[in-house]
Amino acid sequence: MIHWLRLQRSLADFTLAALGRRRGKNTALVLTYALVVFVLASAMFFAAALRHETQLVLADAPELTVQKLVLGRQAQIEAEVIDQIAAIRGISGAKGRLWGYYYDRISGANYTFMVPTDPDLVPPAGSVIIGEGIARSRDLEWSGAPLFLSRHVGDLQKFEVVRSFEGDSALMTSDLVLMNDADFRSFFNVEPGLFTDVVATIRNPKEVGTIVEKASHAMPDLRFVTRDDILRTYQKVFDWREGLLAALAAAGLLAFVIFAAEKASGLSAEEAREVGILKAVGWDTRDVIAMKLWEGGLVSLGAFLLGTTLAYLHVFAFGGGIFAPVLKGWSVIYPDFALAPHVDALQLTTLALLTVVPYVAATLVPIWRAASADPDAIMR
Amino acid sequence: MRPTTPVFAALALLAVLLTAELAHARFAGASARERLAQEAALVAALGLSDPALFTEARYTRHPSLADGMAAFQDNPMGFDHFPSGSVMPAPRPPISGALGFSAEEVTQ
Repeated sequence: MIHWLRLQRSLADFTLAALGRRRGKNTALVLTYALVVFVLASAMFFAAALRHETQLVLADAPELTVQKLVLGRQAQIEAEVIDQIAAIRGISGAKGRLWGYYYDRISGANYTFMVPTDPDLVPPAGSVIIGEGIARSRDLEWSGAPLFLSRHVGDLQKFEVVRSFEGDSALMTSDLVLMNDADFRSFFNVEPGLFTDVVATIRNPKEVGTIVEKASHAMPDLRFVTRDDILRTYQKVFDWREGLLAALAAAGLLAFVIFAAEKASGLSAEEAREVGILKAVGWDTRDVIAMKLWEGGLVSLGAFLLGTTLAYLHVFAFGGGIFAPVLKGWSVIYPDFALAPHVDALQLTTLALLTVVPYVAATLVPIWRAASADPDAIMR
Repeated sequence: MRPTTPVFAALALLAVLLTAELAHARFAGASARERLAQEAALVAALGLSDPALFTEARYTRHPSLADGMAAFQDNPMGFDHFPSGSVMPAPRPPISGALGFSAEEVTQ
């Protein structure tokens, strides 16, 4: 065993010395390789962390949201419909919600206005609770700064800010403005008895499918969105974004494959001569292949380790600065949040296999052909 | 010094770093759980359905509650104005469906 280890170490020494003779080219190869791994691993870490976070946080999203559709668009829903929904067997409660969008011409951003259903979060008349993105976009740096909102030219409404959500919940609350019912109705001119949509709670979560099926049959102009639909939407959104980024990286990957294939499989005349000499001085075919395995292994392992280590730092220590805009979106006030680190072990293993194995295989095949040939023939 | 010594040392260092990062993901994940639990409680209290990632349009701010025809939101054949629309997955067309004048006919 010790003899075998010594042999391998000597082979590795020999390989590194050989790689050192073409130092510039091989360093460029490892760095490009590491860069490709870095791009793929960053996209993977970022999407996995974002997916993990939304899945955890949205686990408590409304069980069932009911919208009224008119001409294929969401319309306001009447209070009577809420009673009809609450009367459906299996539904334990239904509440009308008031929420909507507001375009702020000063910051050029859209805010989401909402009347909280939880009485603890309802602000007093003439005041609001705002998300951190709004304070940021409106420069409300000092505490107690009021929020001025204008619906049209010549209109200005003042609201006291009683509380701001901290950055901790920015992912969900960045653009929120919470108001009480009366302020909301007068600000947006919503008539009493009308609501934006309805949230319903369900007695037995297993029955959601059946309840939705029956309810949509009885009330065909309503649309029912379940919590599972919401979670599925986000799974798909992040899968798509990760895929999009991987597709962009694919161009780089392809360029790298050409580079690596040229380097690894197109055995240069010099390398072929080297193999011929090694065989002529008494090296076994097995030794030549082992040497080449070391080369492929060291290059790809080094690149994989370097790429993933830097990708982790990039995403979780430096906020994923390079890709964040693509994966997060381009909103004027996108949330300022730090992702909870999360690594998907299966994805990491797949990445390792997809990057290390093909390169080692690509180096091995041509050298095997050269090593098994007659030294005299390959040196000529 | 043999050529393998610095290279093996560098690889070992990178491997240790990667292991430390994976440990960090596990450990920091545990401390972040409290923050996530608070966030989840807020989501439950407010009944939020979507993260505030892209606020420019109705169908990008609340994709899970958006109308079915998001690509042509504003007028028929009106293309998407917003960059984040391009990084939203296209909805899948219905896989199965049947037409009929009554419920019995459709479920046959």
